[in-house]
Amino acid sequence: MITLDDLLRQVPGVPPAEVTLWVERRWLLAEAAPGGGWAFTEMDVARCRLLAELRITLELEEEVMPLVLSLLDQLYDARRTVKALLAALDRQPEAVRQAVLAAARGGGG
Amino acid sequence: MEDPYAVLGVPKTATAAEIRKAYRRLAKQWHPDANPDKPEAEARFKSVSAAYALLSDEEQRARYDRGEIDASGAEHAPPGGAGAGGWRDWAERPQGARYRSRGFGMEDADPAELDPEDFEELLARAFGGAARRGGPRRGADLQLSLRVSFLDAVRGAVRQVTLPDGRRLSVTIPKGAEEGTVLRLPGQGMPGRGEGAPPGDALAILEIEPHPFFRREGQDILLDLPVTLKEAVLGARVEVPTIEGPVTMTIPPHSGEGTRLRLRGRGIGGGHQIAVLHVVLPAGPEPALEEFLRNWTPEDRGDPRAGMRAP
Repeated sequence: MITLDDLLRQVPGVPPAEVTLWVERRWLLAEAAPGGGWAFTEMDVARCRLLAELRITLELEEEVMPLVLSLLDQLYDARRTVKALLAALDRQPEAVRQAVLAAARGGGG
Repeated sequence: MEDPYAVLGVPKTATAAEIRKAYRRLAKQWHPDANPDKPEAEARFKSVSAAYALLSDEEQRARYDRGEIDASGAEHAPPGGAGAGGWRDWAERPQGARYRSRGFGMEDADPAELDPEDFEELLARAFGGAARRGGPRRGADLQLSLRVSFLDAVRGAVRQVTLPDGRRLSVTIPKGAEEGTVLRLPGQGMPGRGEGAPPGDALAILEIEPHPFFRREGQDILLDLPVTLKEAVLGARVEVPTIEGPVTMTIPPHSGEGTRLRLRGRGIGGGHQIAVLHVVLPAGPEPALEEFLRNWTPEDRGDPRAGMRAP
């Protein structure tokens, strides 16, 4: 379990107040820790690093963050789906794979 | 790697000369030959040299200041990029669904949606409800735009449309259809998914081409009607086009420019056609007319520009 203090140590240079704000806005997800406070995952640390890069290094305005995050998250939704579909396709017999490829090349239909 | 500014003990705003001066002082101080009894001197000397190598190169220094490279000169990964601890590595794994897009302002994501294993949900988000397992799903609606002529729209018509998949359909355009009218063609959309699933509908959105001389004003049809000077002054019976074909209309004597004459019931569904007169002078010289006008004293001595006089 990663606490808020652990998180702040792993992502240096982020004001704790910012992190609190990010959690409140759900840009960063946190679970309630059994003993009170927040519990983060490894992934949340990476997310926090991304938020720090956007908000602190690149100085993106707070107002544009929902838009930027929404677009980023949508992009990764799509990439995950494509990866999952490709993996599923990979497990199909050759004939099925060729048929899907041919249909896809046939143009969106 | 330490911050090169800290290594040289100079502020970020230091000039090139100040950096050089700091480097010379530290290099002398930590030169291994000058410190044979201090093993750490060599390491210090190396880091001072490395810091100076970075900061003395204008371009490298600028890139470091912008955060594009780190103190060792290595490229920083772009935000959200790949690499150890990078966002992409996480976001592309199945558990990346933890941070799936919730859209704008939808702060209260359903906790059930955060299940990273819920690939089904993932597919459904990408392909719409159709990808969901379970009961049959109605096919999606298909939108297409349908360009029709002005007269087809006001009179109603039956037109052929070709769907994106090549199917040809007859579409009935109702009388008096307006721009943007949506015609629903039931069952002509995308096929449904699953046993017995109904197909979606095709929705044809009308685009109406303008007519060279008719215009529409609600249920009325407006027509700009040119008349000669003689017709305007003396009156005449002229043939005018209507949406249902030509009819004969009487122009009363003394009909001036802009006079609106109504043809009852010649519009759309009980509307009228309104002819707006435009007086057209003869194209070439008219000696007889000119001669007449020179000697002519009008009964009406009024000034047509009376209302325009400056106050």
